[in-house]
Amino acid sequence: MSFHPQMEYTPAKFHRSERKLAEPGEPFTYTAENQAKFDEVVQRYPPDRRKSAILYALYLVQNQLGYITAAGMRHVAEQIRCTPAEVEDVVSYYTMFYTRPVGKYVLNVCRTLSCALLGAERVTEELSGKLGIKPGETDPTGTFTLMEVECLGACDRAPVVMVNDDWHEGLTPEQCSKFIDDIRARGQSAFTGCHLKKEGPAKAGPYDRK
Amino acid sequence: MAYQPVLTSHVNEPSSYTLDFYLKNLRGYEGLRKALAQKPNDIIEQVKASGLRGRGGAGFPTGMKWQFVLKDTPKPKYIACNADESEPGTFKDHVLMERNPHLLIEGCAISCYAIGAKIAYIYIRGEFFHVQEILEAEIEKAYKAGYLGTNILGSGFDCDVYVHRGAGAYEAGEETALIESLEGKRAQPRLKPPFPAVEGLYNCPTAVNNVETLCNVPLVVLNGAEWFAKMGPEKNGGPKLFCVSGHVKKPGVYEASMNTTLRELIYDHAGGIRGDRPMKAIIPGGSSVPLLLPDQLDIPASFDSIQKAGSLLGSAGLIVLDDSVCMVWLAMNLLHFYRHESCGKCTPCREGCDWLYKLLQRLERGEGRDKDLDLLFGVSNNIVGKTLCAFGDAAATPVLSTMKLFRHEYEAHVREGRCTLPADWRAKAPAFAGAH
Repeated sequence: MSFHPQMEYTPAKFHRSERKLAEPGEPFTYTAENQAKFDEVVQRYPPDRRKSAILYALYLVQNQLGYITAAGMRHVAEQIRCTPAEVEDVVSYYTMFYTRPVGKYVLNVCRTLSCALLGAERVTEELSGKLGIKPGETDPTGTFTLMEVECLGACDRAPVVMVNDDWHEGLTPEQCSKFIDDIRARGQSAFTGCHLKKEGPAKAGPYDRK
Repeated sequence: MAYQPVLTSHVNEPSSYTLDFYLKNLRGYEGLRKALAQKPNDIIEQVKASGLRGRGGAGFPTGMKWQFVLKDTPKPKYIACNADESEPGTFKDHVLMERNPHLLIEGCAISCYAIGAKIAYIYIRGEFFHVQEILEAEIEKAYKAGYLGTNILGSGFDCDVYVHRGAGAYEAGEETALIESLEGKRAQPRLKPPFPAVEGLYNCPTAVNNVETLCNVPLVVLNGAEWFAKMGPEKNGGPKLFCVSGHVKKPGVYEASMNTTLRELIYDHAGGIRGDRPMKAIIPGGSSVPLLLPDQLDIPASFDSIQKAGSLLGSAGLIVLDDSVCMVWLAMNLLHFYRHESCGKCTPCREGCDWLYKLLQRLERGEGRDKDLDLLFGVSNNIVGKTLCAFGDAAATPVLSTMKLFRHEYEAHVREGRCTLPADWRAKAPAFAGAH
């Protein structure tokens, strides 16, 4: 936050650090399968540059636990052979790492210009109303987390929602309520996926919007 | 004669991403074979002669970039392929990697051979997980078929290609920040010089190239520099992917030569404005470039012409805006993006983006004051040119550009205390506004 003389601020507007200590979590080690994956990927980098595998190592923790705990970070530090502080430094920078528990489905609504032009704000609003949570929150049942993210790189199918590692494209505000019901009913098959992968031949190219 | 696509000629076919398809229909890996029969330096000369310019945004000649890579050094050299496609309005590399991954793999192998590298890392953004799955499976196949690995095609040349997944950072698209992220640190830019060509990844000489750039390399080798250069205006040769999004009837990726005008791209390729409304402005090259007005569209969509018109081709992400768009809102939306993505290393950018966003929010809420406009201008100009990387300039651009072209809208916001446009697609501020 700025302390420039022209910037208005009152105690209420003071910037307070958003840093929160990571949850300690249960003692953590990789499963044998994840350990094998890590050992393979770390080979891709020069032997004295194990730190390059840190993002991959953190993804493994997140896949195993759902989010990254302090114990998870310490385990990664041991694997990488660096300090836990260096790991936290990385975790706190990248937006795709969660340090709190998230729902089974993390709805990441793209909010940047191309999606916003086609109603992404309304989509977030509808989803927020339907689920009864604000962006950044998880519903009480732990099924959905709603988030706003910046450009996902699929501006031609706006508005786009990334759900965990999958995508749902062209979600209009009117479809939001049904979309949630569909996920509740049939899980991952409710997503359209990336059009390039799923629609294949006929529709993979530029298409006419209905 | 109508333009024949070369990069995306077959992307609509279901099996276009497979190795068999690539070998059969796209003269797959012939470029690599041809390249391995020549001296590495000849490849660089060909790429230089073709005039291939970096497709990531800056438009820097690729051949020159490769030539700067230190030759006489005991250190290993690297290719870092920038697949962190995060510029708002850009989605071209996504198509290439998903529908034509072998072109990129071949491009990586040829580029490694040209600069004397043995490893290429493809830094893909974390959100492209479904793309990564395809890419990794196809790399695996290329290894099995002997196009990657040791002693490629019996030439004695070794090359490995690895995919490295990012984790959500726009800034990782900046070349030195990408290298930092590849090294397992926060994606924050480095002071240049030394440039990556001298000291890049692991302090070794590194060439950082965009996906589309590397995809063009096999075409240059295969068809010759002259063929490539002839495809567009002088110094703007070769095929180009344009991403058209926003208020158009048919948003999508369109391949064309850079002779094509912006108007053709919007009205012929993308079908014109939705609802046949009047156009208000376009952003021609991703959110980081100045806006162009509808009367400036009859120029070729090339690096040089658009620069002459006062904007930049950037990553060729055309965002088309119809008359319903409030320019203060637009600047606010983009500053939210830049505020969120600023890596925090340089103070002007970190503090300035936050400040600009707050000022724009205040204007958009209708609480703006006359002096806020000067303040916006002043803060923006104190970011431009005062940061390590181009992010700072990019972040100030939406504000400076909209204020230059649409100052009356800013003034109206202050005067009327509200947005004066009947913005039917955005009738009210979202209920969660102010939550962040």
